[in-house]
Order: sequence, then structure tokens, then C-alpha cells
Amino acid sequence: MKSKLRPGEIVAIATLALLAVAAIAPGLLSTLDPLGIDPGQAFRPPSAGHWFGTDESGRDIYTRVIHGARASLIIGVVATVIGIGLALLLGVAAGIGGRGTDFALTRVSEVLFALPGLLLALVFIAIAGPGIATSTIAVGLATAPGYARIIRSQVRAIRGAPYVEAAIVLGRAPGHRLTRTILPNAIAPVFVLATLGVGQAIVWASSLSYLGLGAVPPAAEWGAMLAAGRTYIGTAWWMTVFPGIAIVLAAGAATALGRSLQNRTRQVNR
Amino acid sequence: MLRWLGLRIAGGVFVLWAVATLIFFALRLIPGDPAQAILGGPGSQASPEALAQVRLDYGLDQPLAAQYFGALGRLLRGDLGTSYALKTDVGALILDQFWGTLVLTLAALAAAWIFALGLALWTTRGGWLSDRVGSGMEIMAAAVPHFWLASVFIIVFSSWLGWLPAISVPGPIGLVLPVLTLAIPLAGFLGQVMRESLADALESPFALSARARGESETGVRWYHGIRHAALPGISLSGWAFGALLSGAVVVETVFARPGLGRTLLNAVTIRDIPVVTGVALVSALAFILVTVVTDLVDRIADPRLGTS
Repeated sequence: MKSKLRPGEIVAIATLALLAVAAIAPGLLSTLDPLGIDPGQAFRPPSAGHWFGTDESGRDIYTRVIHGARASLIIGVVATVIGIGLALLLGVAAGIGGRGTDFALTRVSEVLFALPGLLLALVFIAIAGPGIATSTIAVGLATAPGYARIIRSQVRAIRGAPYVEAAIVLGRAPGHRLTRTILPNAIAPVFVLATLGVGQAIVWASSLSYLGLGAVPPAAEWGAMLAAGRTYIGTAWWMTVFPGIAIVLAAGAATALGRSLQNRTRQVNR
Repeated sequence: MLRWLGLRIAGGVFVLWAVATLIFFALRLIPGDPAQAILGGPGSQASPEALAQVRLDYGLDQPLAAQYFGALGRLLRGDLGTSYALKTDVGALILDQFWGTLVLTLAALAAAWIFALGLALWTTRGGWLSDRVGSGMEIMAAAVPHFWLASVFIIVFSSWLGWLPAISVPGPIGLVLPVLTLAIPLAGFLGQVMRESLADALESPFALSARARGESETGVRWYHGIRHAALPGISLSGWAFGALLSGAVVVETVFARPGLGRTLLNAVTIRDIPVVTGVALVSALAFILVTVVTDLVDRIADPRLGTS
């Protein structure tokens, strides 16, 4: 794990650091008000004064993209934590449990798999109602079965490893074996999964906002900004292009970092 | 093989039953009166008589178990119920919308396959640059949301160039942008997997012996390599179909194209529960069927799987 950073990794880390700055202290990157309307300045194309142009109420899109980082990153991270948390429960229980437990939990994740991707999230929203909180939970729920499958096989593989056998021979209690032997070894791949997952969660959560089921305009959230831009797509292209680039950068950086972490852990294991 | 197929079909029926049961009981957990929802949601000022009539009509006055088994019985007869909002039969509504989505997803799957195979055959073991292109495509595929790609296509090809319609008109011309939107990210994923498999194949003994027989490098790649590149593509097609069904919700909405995805989104927005349940069940059924078929094709294409 100690080899030098590659150029791609440096770009990905720098992008995420920039987004983190935008999320924590947006005032450093723009001094304007993300919700401040100025009808006289509506629909201005990108210029020196408004780098990314203005929207239908004259709000500065650059400022809104910067302020949108907080909502999008929080939603992405929280959704991933929910998804990975659920998957850990399912996957670890299936991985260390007996054949019966494993069979039952595998069927549960098969049922969740039968509604792929956004379909599960949409069904959940139909039941629980739209909004930022429910759409975040919906994304977490929709990503959980995929993670659960990977975690289960990871735990199964570790369970058969010699050091776990050694723990059994030494007379360690099952709970001790789980927390001290199995989980520490399963956690690195889970961390990689989470990094990849944040990218996917950002994409899905912004999709739900775009569809009008998550954050709603005029909130400065990237998906919601794109939903607002949809009406004016023929005339004000900048309302659609710039918030979208922000999503692609955030999700792309998380995915690229996750992929290279994956390659590194794979090389270490070899 | 028959035993395997029987088990798979039984598993599929179980999953459908579980999805139906899960949705049925999850709906009963939420606060709110279903009769009120049928009469237009909390905003509507329905009279007590109208609410009582609706409860009677929809069997909401009966005990939960009776409602559940009644719903299950109707499902077995293929009756998906009546839409709250449209007051029409959900089965007929879905049948009406199903073909649009099927055409869209199958066309996108075919296009993604062609792009991915082309990408894999051109870029595998092609040196540093093609490696970068390959893995860059995969990251883009994960990071570019369908709705944004669709929007950019509309801006470029409809607003600026005026080549293609922004709204999905009937006929092949209206299918171009929706299919490209779904196919390009998928091709990024499939292409990456095919590249890995093809790279292994090109280093294997049979590729060496083909080269030793004097076959050209292009011949080895396009004749011998392509089968090995295609194998993981077949295995992933079930998953890909699921991803396409999920993407269809977004793409049909952006291009205002009739289909199951848009029907589902409308139903979710107004909480038309029978339509949501119906589309979810039909999508699950389609997904399960495609998964069984791809597993079957996989077993025929790669006999090694049958023995393990």
C-alpha cells in the first residue's frame, strides 16, 4: 500500500479535497448568496461576472454549484453508510451463520435484487413519500443488496482462513472471533466498496432529485438544479451543463479513487 | 439441466411472491387512509359516504388477512387491480406501456454490446493509451448520470445541430438519443469486463498455437478472441437488463417517451399504489426471466459451468 501516488490518484484526491472545501466553507470559493434572486439578471450566459451564467431568477449558478456540494456530498455519504450498514448486517450474518441462515438471507437479498437499481428506490419512495431524507434512505436501501453479496463472500472466504482456524483452536468465543479476527480482515474491502459506493450514491440521489422525489428547487442541490434547468434546456444550456459537470466530477473522483484502492489491495493480496 | 431449470423457476416464483407480500405489508405500515388516497389524497375533501363506498368497493373494510389472500388470489389470475388515479385496469395499462420499454431496453442492450465488443477488440493490449481509454470509459460509465447525458445530447443534437428530436417521436429516429443515452454508460462497464477476458484469451495457449499456425494477429483477435470476450458479456446481460430497466425510468422521463418507467414515476409521484405494485411486479418478472435465460445461454455457451 506504500507505493507512490499515480497522477490519476492525485487528480481524484485533489478534486475530492476541493469539493470538501466547497462543502465545509463555500464562502471561501464564492461570496454571493446561492438563493439571492436578481430578476434583472435572469438567463445571463457565462461571463466574467457570472462564470457559469445565471438561472431563471438571476441566481449565480457558479455560487449555487459550490453551495450544492454540501447537500450532494452529505446525501452521498449518508446513503452509502446506510447501504453498507444494512449490507454488513445481512452479509456478515449470512457469512458466519449456518447453512439455514445463509440460505434465508441469500433469498432476502435475491428479493431485493429483483427490483434493480432505482426501481427499489422508487418503490420505497412510493411507500415512504418523497423528500431529501426518504430519497437518501431509498438510495442506501437500493445499493445494499449488491454490497451484501460481496461482503458475504468476503466473510465466507475469511472464515476458512488458517488464522480463523487458529482462533478456534485457541478457544476464542464466537463473538471474539467475529470482532477481533473476521471483521478487521473484511474491513479493507468494505472501505473500498464504500469509496466506490459514494460515487454511485451521488449519481442516484441526484437522479431522484432530478425526478422531483428528493431535494426540490430552489434548493442548491445539483440534481434539483438540473431539474430546474430542464424547462429551459433549449435556451439556457448553462443551467444544465455546469451542475452536471459537478456531479460527474464528484462521482468520477470517488469512483476513480475506489478503483485504484481496489487495485492496490488486490496487488497486496497477491 | 432440467433439475437446475426447475429450481431456478421455483426460485423466481418465490421471489415474485416475496416482492408482492413485502409491498402489500409495507403499505399497511404507513399512516394514512388508503380510501383517502384513492379519492385524490389528503388534499381532497371526500365526504364520509364516499369514503365508506370506496372502502366497500376496494374491500378495505375486511380483515388484513382476507385482503392479503384476496390480493394474492387476484394476482394468480393475472389481475393487478385498478389504478387509484386513472380508474383503469393496471394490467391493461402495463401491457400498453410494456412494449415501448422493451424495445428501448433491448435496442440499448444490443447497441451496448456492439460498442463494448468494438471497444474491447480495439483497445485490448493496444498499449498505454488504449488502457487509459478503457479504464476512463469505465469510470465515466459509473459517474455520468443518465439524465445528464440525455440532457447534453438534447442540447448538442437537438438545440444546436437540430439533427434529432428532443422529444421521443414514434419511429426509429425518436429512438436514437434514448438508446445512445442508455447504451454508452453500459458499454463502458461491459467493455471493461470484456477487455479483461480478451486479454487473458490472447495470452492463452490456444492463441499462441493459432499464431504458430501463421494466423495474423488481427485474425487471432477477431476470430478466436471474440468468443472469450463475449462470454462475460453474456453472463452480465441479466444484470445489464436490470440496469437498463432502472435507467429507463430516467430516460423515458427526459425524452417524454411512453413506457413502464415513466408510468412508474408518475405513479410514485401521485402515490398510485396499485400501479406502483403492478409495474414493480412486472419489472421483477421480466428481470427474473432475463436472468434465467442468460444463465441458460451461459451454460450452453460454456459447458464447464454445468459440471461444477
